[in-house]
Amino acid sequence: MRTSTTIARPPTPVAIRMRRLVSLALVHAVLIGGAVFMLLPFVFMLTSAIKPPGEIFEATFRLWPRQFYGWQNFESALSTAPLLRFLLNGLIVCGGILVVQLLVAIPCAYALAKLRFPGRPILFSLVLLGLCIPVQAPSLPLYIAFAELGILNTYLSMMMPFFLSVFAIFLFRQFFKSYPDEIIQAARLDGVGEFEIVWRIVVPSAWPAIAAFSIFSVVAHWNDLYWPLIVVSDTKLATPPLGMMYFADSELGSNYGALAAGATIITAPLVIAFLIARRRFIAGITMTGIK
Amino acid sequence: MAGLTLRGIRKTFGDTAVLNDIDLDIADGEFLTLVGPSGCGKSTLLRIIAGLESQDRGSVSIGGTSVDHLRPHERRIAMVFQNYALYPHMSVFDNMALPLTMTRLNLFERLPLMRHLSPRRRRVMDEIAREVRAVAEQLRIETFFHRRPGQLSGGQRQRVALGRAMVRHPQAFLMDEPLSNLDAKLRVHMRGELTELHARLGVTMIYVTHDQIEAMTMSDRLAVMDHGDILQLGTPADVYDRPATTAVAQFIGSPAINLFPARVGPGGQVELLGRTLPIDVRNVPAPELTVGVRPEAMRIGGGPCAVTCRFRRRENLGSESILHFDLVASPEVAVLCRIDNGMPIPEGEVTLAFEPRDCHVFDNNGRRIEVESRNAASRDVRRASEVR
Repeated sequence: MRTSTTIARPPTPVAIRMRRLVSLALVHAVLIGGAVFMLLPFVFMLTSAIKPPGEIFEATFRLWPRQFYGWQNFESALSTAPLLRFLLNGLIVCGGILVVQLLVAIPCAYALAKLRFPGRPILFSLVLLGLCIPVQAPSLPLYIAFAELGILNTYLSMMMPFFLSVFAIFLFRQFFKSYPDEIIQAARLDGVGEFEIVWRIVVPSAWPAIAAFSIFSVVAHWNDLYWPLIVVSDTKLATPPLGMMYFADSELGSNYGALAAGATIITAPLVIAFLIARRRFIAGITMTGIK
Repeated sequence: MAGLTLRGIRKTFGDTAVLNDIDLDIADGEFLTLVGPSGCGKSTLLRIIAGLESQDRGSVSIGGTSVDHLRPHERRIAMVFQNYALYPHMSVFDNMALPLTMTRLNLFERLPLMRHLSPRRRRVMDEIAREVRAVAEQLRIETFFHRRPGQLSGGQRQRVALGRAMVRHPQAFLMDEPLSNLDAKLRVHMRGELTELHARLGVTMIYVTHDQIEAMTMSDRLAVMDHGDILQLGTPADVYDRPATTAVAQFIGSPAINLFPARVGPGGQVELLGRTLPIDVRNVPAPELTVGVRPEAMRIGGGPCAVTCRFRRRENLGSESILHFDLVASPEVAVLCRIDNGMPIPEGEVTLAFEPRDCHVFDNNGRRIEVESRNAASRDVRRASEVR
């Protein structure tokens, strides 16, 4: 029996393999392009940190300098700007913000996810509304309030506006929503109070969410320049980006090698912390097998 | 240990009534099963007893005192959940010890870092460990004390959940479909273990299931529920032999009961598909009746009580078979008959007969009607004369 219509022949194994190879190459080319675009400034910073002043603005870009000038750059960065002090300030501010955020948001999120009380839907829509308000919007009233309270130029003034994170409440609420009700009820029958249910029963299973949120929070507040710039004028309290800004236009202004070295020092903790947290993050996901 | 009393328990979720004025008395040490199709309110009733859900009206008493104002753990009852509800991040030992540490240690002694500062804590924890070990030995789970629930099989998790309930020496055990996540073989085994456990502990157990075999085999009494009402409360034999409604008759018994449409004749006799059965009814609200006959009461052959059927297929269960028939008079009515293997398998049209005393007669609302069997009396006279 013959048909006049042409039937597409099944592709040969070689053709299939070729097609797969081409599409893989294409996808990776796009990804590599994106990665280069993102990483190039970072690489430029790293190489500038180990170049002598004369080499930084040479027309040809080279990854490794002809003359290794790293020690001098790092030494002058550390000696002119109190970089370690900035790092400590960053640690205090980010740590303080994160701890209070978790202490406030976790019980809030638990209540919104698992407790039944009148007004819960309204409270949750307020949380969603809060997500829509940019941090810059309430900065003027906050500044005035802090000035009235006389707490400008303190660690507290840098941390306080961020203590209540609607994003954290939202994130944890979504996570707790999927926590099995039976386990919470079993805990109630075993005599565990609601606060202890949160901290002893639910939180140990929420490490992936806590790790994810911690990364967001620390990155955001470590890199935040806007709010510290408004409430802090004392260099001793400056967070890393603010400190760098102070020194970029005074002492280190013309020494780009030292500036790049300083930038490397203040970004290093974040990069290292992220690499560590990422591992924990993956371990956390595989560890909590709730069934 | 204590009995329980429920009075006028009512619960609605939004507009839907889940429980309609439930009254129930459960004796001390009784094994009572709440059985019914899913969504009948049995789990909600159990959770109201536990205090996890609050009733809209009515009251719950345990051991003669009202517990309506008490929180779940203050009611001193334990509950075993369908998916075990073990704490996933704690070891088996910690899971079982938690109810005791919560009652015997104060907040300070339970804090993660402070606990090492309390001299009393160590003594109390030793005592708790001893008690947990004693319970674990009864359930044969002490060998995996240090594993997490995720590393256990379904049956082992079930035992840990039971153990966590037992360490508290509760006044009553509440069980919410505890066996339904197990495979068939293990379920049969755990059924036996639970029955033995109940006999050994002698504690009140309230057991929720949708599985009528569990309800029949394990309970002292069972309450058949549907649409938020208790349709019938009685011993398994009671419910099986004298079902109060067609719903109960259909739910209890496997394979399900055969129901035939019937009418009441002018003299009060029951007419089934043109045959007059040798049974009478009185005071029926409407002439329409339903006659129920269990498949195991049907046999192939003639008699005064019989229906004509067409054979469809056979299910072989090994020692016995379930035969499927259609009623010749109205083919949409399926008829089941249970016979021992070795009996001849019929073909085509056959007559299935049953005894008048095996007939369950229900009125047009599905409620049971007591019948009088005419032949029974005459048969007894005849037997008496034969003996003579």
